[in-house]
Amino acid sequence: MNIASKYLSRVALLIILLNSFQGFSISDKEKQEHSIEKGEEINTKDGINDYIAHHLKDSHDFHLFSYNNDAGERQHIGFPLPVIVWTSNGLVTFMSSQFHHDDAGHVIVERNGTKLTKIHSKIYELDASASHVNFDEHHHPTNAHKVLDFSITKSVVGMLLVGLLMILAFGALARGYKKSSIPTGFSRVLEPLVIYVRDEIARPNIGEKHYRKFMGFLLTVFFFIWILNLLGLTPLGFNVTGQIAVTVCLAIFTFFVVTFSGNKDYWKHIFWMPGVPVPMKIILMPIEILGMLTKPFSLLIRLFANMTAGHFVVMSLIALMITLKESFGPVGSTGLSLVLALFISLIEILVAFLQAFIFTMLSSLFIGMAVAEHDHDHEHDSHGHEIEDAEDVRGDFI
Amino acid sequence: METLLNDFSPGLFVMQAVILLILIFLMIKFAWKPILNSLNERETGIADALAAAENAKKEMQNITADSERLLQEARTERETMIKEARDIKEKMLADAKDQAQAEGDKILKQAQEAIESEKKVALADIKNQVASLSVEIAEKVIQEQLSNKDKQLQLVENMLGDIKLN
Repeated sequence: MNIASKYLSRVALLIILLNSFQGFSISDKEKQEHSIEKGEEINTKDGINDYIAHHLKDSHDFHLFSYNNDAGERQHIGFPLPVIVWTSNGLVTFMSSQFHHDDAGHVIVERNGTKLTKIHSKIYELDASASHVNFDEHHHPTNAHKVLDFSITKSVVGMLLVGLLMILAFGALARGYKKSSIPTGFSRVLEPLVIYVRDEIARPNIGEKHYRKFMGFLLTVFFFIWILNLLGLTPLGFNVTGQIAVTVCLAIFTFFVVTFSGNKDYWKHIFWMPGVPVPMKIILMPIEILGMLTKPFSLLIRLFANMTAGHFVVMSLIALMITLKESFGPVGSTGLSLVLALFISLIEILVAFLQAFIFTMLSSLFIGMAVAEHDHDHEHDSHGHEIEDAEDVRGDFI
Repeated sequence: METLLNDFSPGLFVMQAVILLILIFLMIKFAWKPILNSLNERETGIADALAAAENAKKEMQNITADSERLLQEARTERETMIKEARDIKEKMLADAKDQAQAEGDKILKQAQEAIESEKKVALADIKNQVASLSVEIAEKVIQEQLSNKDKQLQLVENMLGDIKLN
């Protein structure tokens, strides 16, 4: 009881603090200075907000940390990544170090007669006549347009890294079986995970008869999301599963797998629902078609929102160190920030697994609905109404 | 929503799609397929082994039951055999006894017959001897009588005493 009240009062304190921090940042909005864009030290509320917003986006270089050297100059430690863009003059490639850590459209890189600049982690191509970027009142460039960006960004590096890790780790597990049927070393940890995905996710949701076909997709997606989520918790600062493009892609994969594996019954239930009167069939058709799309949409939003929110909360709590320095002193604010960030990070470790699990679980559930065999012609009770079986009810909850 | 759309990078989407496709393909080929196959193999192997163990157990039980039954049979057989043997023994004993009895009876009968005949012979002999003795005595008496009356009497007396001694 004592502990609970203590905990509650702490949470209340935290809420008040966060609120005051919000109010303060709004009042400061007028003199908004994008310190992140100038690569300055981050020590103001707006600077922190910008830094977090910047982190949540993809970036074109691999930035590890920054410091002020003896001469008071800001030094950035990291390494550049290749920029590959498709412009109006064709493919252009160069290293991201050409931008000199600029993110506000000040530095203009010229290649093959194309003028390129980077604004808020996006690469813009300037109009041929323009020599610098003009912004409107919403801070949108008026004389530049976005280009198709195939750069090896930080997220792409993260994905490649995870892909490599997966191939190495699970390849080793696969090779291990040639020697003995019981894995050794690290593979001993991986095997139960594979069995978990198979027995707890795929089998019960897809059914014993069809699950084998989808194991490759489900296992890959599960470990891909999970490892990327965990990678996002490291100080390397990846936020791959918080990129909307990545979650859209994952959800579209699920959508395609579901759609292409749908059997006759699945399509029949969408376009001409059996067991209901004809007017209801007509009403149900567009709803069911919409349902086909909302299912993967919910997947992509869930993963994106969870990971973005997680990163936002962890970074905000770390930033308490700076924002509360005045009221709590350096030691107090650092301690508070440390404890809270540690607590949230532990929850994030759970969330990392949970989101991978949910994505895979729901994917297999949708696949299961698409391949389910309705050999029963739906039992009817005495009034001719359909008695819902477990499978139909399950579908209603998604 | 606008920021979401603004944040959506088609390039990243394409890169992700390509990477994910290749990854799924590679993982299926080099990891998932062999792993799942091995797991399946192992699981069926374990299931088979368990079934085999169960079978062996059943067989074992059958064998135990069989041997138990055989043992029982052997036991009853032994019992009957012992019983038979005992019967035979008894019968043999009884037979032998009967036979011995019969033999004994026969021997006894023969002996009795022999004794009877011997007795007859002996009696005949005694009769003969008595006759001859009587004759002798008579002869001697007559001889004595012929000489002395007293002496004759004494002689008879002596003779009779002699006979008694015989």
